[in-house]
Amino acid sequence: MQSADTFKLFPDSASTISGYVDVHFMFLCAITAFFSLLVACLVVYFGIKFRAEVHPVAKQIHGSIPLEITWTAIPMAISVLIFAWGAILYMRIYTPPTNAMDIYVVGKQWMWKAEHPGGQREINTLHVPIGRPVRLTLVSQDVMHSFSIPAFRIKREALPGRYTTVWFEATETGMFHLYCSQYCGTNHASMLGRVVTMSPDEYQKWLATDAGDSLAAGGEKLFQSMGCNSCHRGDSGARGPNLAGLYGTMVNFNSGPSVIADDAYLRESILQPNAKIVNGFQPLMPTFQGQLSEENLIQLIEYIKSLKDTAHQTQTIHNQQQFPPVLQGGNSASQLPETKKKP
Amino acid sequence: MSSITQPLPQQEKAFRWKMPEESYLTDGYSLKSWLLTTDHKRIAMLYLISISFAFLIGGIFAMLIRLELLTPAGDLFESDTYNQLFSAHGIIMVFFFLVPSIPATMGNFLVPLMVGARDLAFPKINLLSWYLYVFGFAFMITALVLGGVDTGWTFTVPLSTSYVNTHVILAAMAIFIAGFSSIFTGLNFIVTIHRMRAPGMTWTRLPLFLWSNYATALIMVLGTPVVAITLLLVILERTFHIGVFDPAYGGDPLLFQHMFWFYSHPAVYIMILPGMGVVSEIIPCFSRKRPFGYTMIAYSSLMIAMFSFLVWEHHMFIMGVSTYSALIFSFVSFLVAIPSAIKVWNWTATMYKGSIHWDTPMIYAIGFIGLFTIGGMTGVMLASLGMDISLTETYFIVAHFHYVMVGGMLLAYLGGLHFWWPKMTGRMYPEAPAKLSAILTFVGFNLTFFPQFVLGWLGMPRRYHSYPPEFQVLNVLSTAGASVLAVSFILPAVYLLWSLKYGAIAGPNPWGAAGLEWTVQSPPLTHDFVETPVVTTEAYDYENIPEPAYASR
Repeated sequence: MQSADTFKLFPDSASTISGYVDVHFMFLCAITAFFSLLVACLVVYFGIKFRAEVHPVAKQIHGSIPLEITWTAIPMAISVLIFAWGAILYMRIYTPPTNAMDIYVVGKQWMWKAEHPGGQREINTLHVPIGRPVRLTLVSQDVMHSFSIPAFRIKREALPGRYTTVWFEATETGMFHLYCSQYCGTNHASMLGRVVTMSPDEYQKWLATDAGDSLAAGGEKLFQSMGCNSCHRGDSGARGPNLAGLYGTMVNFNSGPSVIADDAYLRESILQPNAKIVNGFQPLMPTFQGQLSEENLIQLIEYIKSLKDTAHQTQTIHNQQQFPPVLQGGNSASQLPETKKKP
Repeated sequence: MSSITQPLPQQEKAFRWKMPEESYLTDGYSLKSWLLTTDHKRIAMLYLISISFAFLIGGIFAMLIRLELLTPAGDLFESDTYNQLFSAHGIIMVFFFLVPSIPATMGNFLVPLMVGARDLAFPKINLLSWYLYVFGFAFMITALVLGGVDTGWTFTVPLSTSYVNTHVILAAMAIFIAGFSSIFTGLNFIVTIHRMRAPGMTWTRLPLFLWSNYATALIMVLGTPVVAITLLLVILERTFHIGVFDPAYGGDPLLFQHMFWFYSHPAVYIMILPGMGVVSEIIPCFSRKRPFGYTMIAYSSLMIAMFSFLVWEHHMFIMGVSTYSALIFSFVSFLVAIPSAIKVWNWTATMYKGSIHWDTPMIYAIGFIGLFTIGGMTGVMLASLGMDISLTETYFIVAHFHYVMVGGMLLAYLGGLHFWWPKMTGRMYPEAPAKLSAILTFVGFNLTFFPQFVLGWLGMPRRYHSYPPEFQVLNVLSTAGASVLAVSFILPAVYLLWSLKYGAIAGPNPWGAAGLEWTVQSPPLTHDFVETPVVTTEAYDYENIPEPAYASR
């Protein structure tokens, strides 16, 4: 909760991951305090016990191999433990569960614009329901920004020209700080806002008060006005690939390795169509670089996502808190992981 | 080590050293004799004056930053002014104070004296390095006078290439030019240590200060060209939109991050390794004892230099790098902490069964051990991938690197300055105010930067001109500490200058320290050694070096 206090020592904890991060932090603080105090006590103790007044002649000691091995091996062992623990935490924070709801966040100097799939837009505020995983897809319209919600213990850079993702599941209702933590120019310190977490019912009410065109509906209009539909018609003689049911499936190309059609792939295919040519098609598509804003791109991607193909329709499996063990939280965490049910 | 050539005073009152009639300081008094000197000691003094000036300017900016942060509202400066303040503070402190600090002053002064040579391998290149530093610094001052730069010292793209309207090109040129001064210093040290050691000065008899400066020199020579290229690309991108970094022209902003940190992480070790070298000299001397695990301390410097080149991506864990690479870079970041830990243990063990003298350099060195340990351990916290997400880009980072850079390097620098001051000037500093300032530095430093760890854990981002009210108390503490710290830096400036005229005459070896530099007169002759010394014993032969009855004891 935001409060009027001028002093605090512990941040709010309001997401499912907060507890895990806090335990790790406390462990690291304990290790840091232990070794710092150990060293401090030793130097002060030696400094007093062996001070020149009482210990005028030093005893010359060359060194000790067993000691060197001990104080190399113990920090090594602790390091490996911390490394593994931190790595698991990192993958949890950056690997969204498959049933997460999507919200898009566009950073620009000096504001955060959030776009909900239903078409609700907000600036420097983010309304989210508690008890439901939310996947944020971040992009910047200009310089590098960084999206930080300390109460959720998450942070992710918003880069110009490419998508990054992060997810959270809020557990407490209230209002929490939301910062830009990457220095981004004049009003960097004003690029902050609040996250409003609400019960699912309240959230539904909030969604209803501000419903305009959904992102997909906006995307459909663009799809027609930009002329995309003249090639991506969906029939067998079309000059462009059929987009129905494309999202989340494996795409094969004339050359190069196959990829899963995720947000990053769709974005690239719109802005740099010749980067990857789908098997059986010609490099005919013009680039739309400079013609579409980040919001337009998000609308188009949402529209393509909404195009269902009955033949390939993927089944959404709902389960809470899924952390796939595969290494894929990093660059394109938007790839859909293979779904597995918890036992 | 060759034995002390001059008799040591055994009774304080009966014996007084006289100032030598001839020394490098009396070898010409004209301005020309200083500005065209090729004497490594005079160049060291020129550097000492220049970097003190840089430290003063950077320090004033730091004070102004802390004053602004006294209140949550951004009420003292405009946000643009504040951004220029922290950018100038960072650029000046990193590139014009910390990087040259110990190598260019004490390194320049001591490397030839410690290896038993009459000068560095390339004296003219050494002078050129100082001119390049001054030239680079002049560019930076010009940038500041014309209106400043507001990119932060990290020059993040595309902010620096396409968005800000400040003097990015001048500031980048300043660093580009100063970079060459750093490369030349490194080159000089490597060649001197390889080729100009006195007879008998084998690698295993090399003082640990030289091992650490050798490791530093390797990083300077191998790393600095990369930051020079990176900043040149920033200048080209800003001028011609060549499309290397800005995605609007087809570039990649992460490429900049990779290139910048490829230098700037090793640069952290340029800034701390020489400090470790100083501490490795001070602790044995004031413990009257050979260093525990000489070989481990020496080799750990080289290990640090090597690993330092393989950890840069830990500045980018939240930037959407691949998880596989994040795992590798996280692991290597833990590895780089190990040689530092080895050093800390060995210094501590050196004090065991020593005969400890609590003189000012020793107080600084002990302060260094404590603060560097905290700085290093919080670095281990940040190397953890999961923890880094919460703590990066917050005040935790600011506190962490100030514990290493100020708590570590600056304390070592001041300790070294007090330790070798009698050698450089021939006079002692006054012990009582020096002890006071050493203690004030330690107290003021912790009061300034410890609250920033908490601020970072609470999530306060770096480089904020204003902040939410719940962070105020901790910020007030930090500013109060900064005021104490300011006093603790003004004090040495005053009494060190005072000592130039009124300080007690030191004699060749006031500490009874080991090392060839202590076998010659203080201040040394222009050509250092009357005859080439021959080294017959290991370094740190404290068993056979008599302890002087110096006034402060």
